Amino acid sequence: MEHMTLLIGIVIATALVFDFTNGFHDTANAMATTISTGALKPKTAVAMSAVLNLVGAFLSVEVAKTISGGIIDESAGIKPEMIFAALVGAIVWNMLTWLAGLPSSSSHALFGGLIGATLVAVGRHGVHGDAVVMKVLIPALAAPIVAGLASALATRLSYRLDRKADPEATAKGYRAGQIASAGLVSLAHGTNDAQKTMGVITLALITGGVVAPHSDPPLWVIVSAGAAIALGTYIGGWRIIRTMGKGLTDIQPQQGFAAQTGAAATILASSHLGFALSTTQVCSGSVMGAGLGRTGAVVRWSTAGRMVAAWALTLPAAGLVAAGAALLTDQGTWGVVTVAVAGLAICAAIRTAARRKPITHANVNDAPEPAAEPQGAVTAAIAAVIPPPAGTVPAAPAAPVATAAPAGPTAPSTATA
Amino acid sequence: MSIDWHALWSVLAVTLLSTVGLVGVFTLGVVGLSRPGATAARGGAYVCFAACAAAVAWGIWLIVAK
Repeated sequence: MEHMTLLIGIVIATALVFDFTNGFHDTANAMATTISTGALKPKTAVAMSAVLNLVGAFLSVEVAKTISGGIIDESAGIKPEMIFAALVGAIVWNMLTWLAGLPSSSSHALFGGLIGATLVAVGRHGVHGDAVVMKVLIPALAAPIVAGLASALATRLSYRLDRKADPEATAKGYRAGQIASAGLVSLAHGTNDAQKTMGVITLALITGGVVAPHSDPPLWVIVSAGAAIALGTYIGGWRIIRTMGKGLTDIQPQQGFAAQTGAAATILASSHLGFALSTTQVCSGSVMGAGLGRTGAVVRWSTAGRMVAAWALTLPAAGLVAAGAALLTDQGTWGVVTVAVAGLAICAAIRTAARRKPITHANVNDAPEPAAEPQGAVTAAIAAVIPPPAGTVPAAPAAPVATAAPAGPTAPSTATA
Repeated sequence: MSIDWHALWSVLAVTLLSTVGLVGVFTLGVVGLSRPGATAARGGAYVCFAACAAAVAWGIWLIVAK
């Protein structure tokens, strides 16, 4: 029993680490356009987003139930080791896509991890195929399109309505609207993504026999998951913020406002129905929609294409890493330790690689503050911001990545990214 | 395998209506405020902003109340 408790403790800690990576991976969703249009200062934006994420975590538990009772069959012999393997797979993929500055879906990384680990350790009957299709795959396809359509129409309407107004006089109003709608997205993110971690922790507690199957998450789980995602959000994934705020299309406050409103509406409407959709994909979709809605705006399809490729890869890639990890953790204590050490080594290697070309709150928009690299170089690199960080991946951590995990699926995908 | 089309369509409808509605009304408010000196326009603008705030509050209330 004591071993059991320790293992569950490790799983919960890993889940909170995942939640943290989820937070900093997804700061961009709510705040990228707010930061790039200058409506809020970068630090203010992430602080506000963090607080609202925490608040959002308390609003609803629909999505948490989708995870702990829907996709994975709790009664099929799910063990805490597998959940641990799933989380390691998800964290590794999140870190890799962050390094490449790609807004991939943390949710899909988590689902991929869970599905991969369950398939290896339990077999096909451990996964509810119907629930995967209905609650994960269909929303994944539909949500970005719905959000994009809504924000494209809203952008068009907004530009039509104010075509006679003085741009100088309206700019302030749109900035305020953008801040409010970005707050709404942060809130929605809390109700959707913080809950995914709550669902996983609850799943771990259920498998350990601590709480009964189909339970709601206990209060301490809600508090700690909300806090972890808020902390991650505050740290901020500046690489991804740059891609979303500047890389996809040039966003004006009016478009940012339409995009954020569309994203918030999509996420909140779907959360209400228990669809665990990807907030990242929704927000990227709505930014693209806002870009298409304004005549004369440029949508950078190459960045968008890379992003969509990363989306398609996320679920299988995280699943493969998790499946490999699950094979190891199934071997007993030494397997769990090996996976933990390998996971830590990969994260450390990615951090080191990221430090070579840091993107922080200071240079995310080329703000006139002392940055870690010359301002001119950053400005020149803005258009091609994705290739340089991706290029550093094989250089530094090639050895640890290749030896520590089944790097086959992840390595080529980062190269394409 | 049953696809819950009803849920998908309702998400689509709710999203489209609320986004276009909110953005449209808010834009009217901003345009109203941008006219210097017109008191009526200013009042209308505040009505627009209040309507947006009420719609958002109602949406959040719907989610919390479930």
